[in-house]
Amino acid sequence: MARTTIKKIWQGIRHLTGEDGYERYLAHWREKHGDEGGVPLDRKAFFKQQQERKWNGIKRCC
Amino acid sequence: MDQPKSIVKLLIWIGVAAAGAAAVGGIALHRGESINSVWFVTAAVCVYALAYRFYSAFIAAKVLVLDPSRATPAERFNDGRDYMPTNKWVVFGHHFAAIAGPGPLVGPTLAAQFGYLPGTLWILIGAVFGGCVQDFVTLFFSTRRNGRSLGQMARDELGPVGGVAAIIGVMLIMIILIAVLGLVVVNAMKHSPWATSTIAATIPIAILVGLYMRNLRPGRVLEGTLIGVTLLILAVAGGGWLDHQEGLRTWFDFEGPQLAVLVILYGFTAAVLPVWLLLAPRDYLSTFMKLGTMALLAVAIVILHPEVKMPALTQFTDGTGPIFGGKLFPFVFIVIACGAISGFHSLISSGTTPKLLSNERDARMIGYGGMILESFVAIMAMIAACVLDPGVFFAINSPAGIVGGAAAEAVATISSWGFPVTVDQMNQLAHAMGEATLFARTGGAPSLAVGMASIFSTAFGAGLLAMWYHFAIMFEALFILTTLDAGTRVARFMLQDMLGNIYKPLGRTSWYPGVIATSAVVVAAWGYFLYMGTIDPLGGINSLWPLFGISNQMLAAIALCVATTILVKSGKARYVWVTALPLSWLVTMTSWAALEKLFSPELRVGFIAKANALSAQLASGALPPEKAAITQQLIFNIRVDAVLTIVFLVTTWVLVLDTLRISYRVVSGRKHPPLSEAPHVPTQLAQEWMRD
Repeated sequence: MARTTIKKIWQGIRHLTGEDGYERYLAHWREKHGDEGGVPLDRKAFFKQQQERKWNGIKRCC
Repeated sequence: MDQPKSIVKLLIWIGVAAAGAAAVGGIALHRGESINSVWFVTAAVCVYALAYRFYSAFIAAKVLVLDPSRATPAERFNDGRDYMPTNKWVVFGHHFAAIAGPGPLVGPTLAAQFGYLPGTLWILIGAVFGGCVQDFVTLFFSTRRNGRSLGQMARDELGPVGGVAAIIGVMLIMIILIAVLGLVVVNAMKHSPWATSTIAATIPIAILVGLYMRNLRPGRVLEGTLIGVTLLILAVAGGGWLDHQEGLRTWFDFEGPQLAVLVILYGFTAAVLPVWLLLAPRDYLSTFMKLGTMALLAVAIVILHPEVKMPALTQFTDGTGPIFGGKLFPFVFIVIACGAISGFHSLISSGTTPKLLSNERDARMIGYGGMILESFVAIMAMIAACVLDPGVFFAINSPAGIVGGAAAEAVATISSWGFPVTVDQMNQLAHAMGEATLFARTGGAPSLAVGMASIFSTAFGAGLLAMWYHFAIMFEALFILTTLDAGTRVARFMLQDMLGNIYKPLGRTSWYPGVIATSAVVVAAWGYFLYMGTIDPLGGINSLWPLFGISNQMLAAIALCVATTILVKSGKARYVWVTALPLSWLVTMTSWAALEKLFSPELRVGFIAKANALSAQLASGALPPEKAAITQQLIFNIRVDAVLTIVFLVTTWVLVLDTLRISYRVVSGRKHPPLSEAPHVPTQLAQEWMRD
């Protein structure tokens, strides 16, 4: 019981910080593009692309 | 709902209302030596709870009519990246981290010169009827429009004029914002080797974390952030050590204008470096520090409930205040933007956050609730500023040009206002904080840091006062520098976008000469105001912060104009007051303040009067040559400020008139741009998610 709660909290933190971003990307890719025959980005390339995209607009305020 | 339960609920809400009324009444009517901060926290929590429970529910149900069965853009365009249905608490976290910056910490601290009451009331009332509403409706309308940005919505709903006004507004606000925040950091670093070296150390630390998250352990943001935070705390301690090394400390001991040049150089470098190297890792660090420190401050204030020593109202409501000139009306509404209503939020609430909502219903908690939390941050900043002895508060925040450069002269002036303070007291305080002097550190960061340090050191270990002070300075500088980077980058993208229409390659974000040239233009623009701020004898904050407030409120007016137009068009004219009332208040106060800034005969308020007075001084030939050169520059700068104020005023009114024009056309059944809402698509997510 306590263990699952801790695990849940940990998952929440990972989710909130974007630490699990690559896993979520892979899951999405397999579901939506898995049968198109390509290969997903590797972790490094994904992270790089993610950051470039993130800072390409207004993301922080005063 | 069964009967007994609803009666209990009713009783609870009546209790909340009574407690809130008592607390607000308490802080409003109290006229003693000091008042406990527990009253502020109680008042704030009750006001927020009532507003959220009832007003935001009313807006959600009657005005906007949130529809949980409708598929959001995140669901319809789910690409696993930009558009992605996300848990509402996660979206809330991201949204809050994006909207809460240094603004709500600085504004209330400066406005404390009027006493604690005006600022506190405006933060509470402005937030629940203005800021929260703006964020909520903008988030909702953008969600209904596939996550379009404010500028695009303005163009769609009002026409090209609205769109152009929004873009000009965003560009200008960015420039002024960065300059004024840069000035806050410069004033904290002036002749402080400890602060300067600690802030300098944040740069290599961020780069290290960036390299770690990219090359060593790609995408492990938690690990990287933890390493970075540890290093940052070590850097604060290291700065203290360095401060005691005679040889080393001179390397980090600078005058204001020198620091301004360094910040400008830094800003340019940061803007042309790749994001993963500096901006992105520092953003992780600053977000972590920001949320952590704010939570710590909340805990400390609740545990300690320190006494607020500032009077409810000071004599400076008459416009003679040392930190910035101008009467309570309208200037308190300009000086406190973030925390009450901040137009900048509408840029986050449109464009970014709507693409993550998994259900429309979440817009209420994220839009309205997110702003409530930021407003609470502003209340905490107000408390932290007001727990200082008022004499100390004014000694830290008054520029030398007002109270005099020498310590004895400054304390004499401040004591003569009825806020007793001594040179000894200031020296002891500076010594305890590990600084040579705390006089004339205008800008809010140092006085807030002193307030936070005294609160923290009582709650979490006394004797570490100097560490806590520099920790607070580092924490503020960290996210000010993030805003500076991110803002420069955004302004550059917008400039590239515009110039790309004239010369194609300039529009390409990958063409390096274009990137360098446009970055240089943007940095030069804010760098100019920053540098001028440091040579201004009145401290620069005096003229720049109101300008920032005016520009931010103008952006809020744009957002509320768009929202009002949409409400009228969608047949909700009878609820139009929800956005039209805050809009009218804002436009009245902002225009009033802008006109005062332009035409007031008071030298510390009116730009034109000040420029004329300086010109007369110059013409009389009474000034020594080196002072004459600076005066020449100051005159030019004041004229630039005046022109900017006129631009803000004109843009706001163009938009307001455009809103009235379109509303009239709608109501009278004439031709007008159609509502640009995306069609209704039923959601598929509801069943799987089993929402509350």
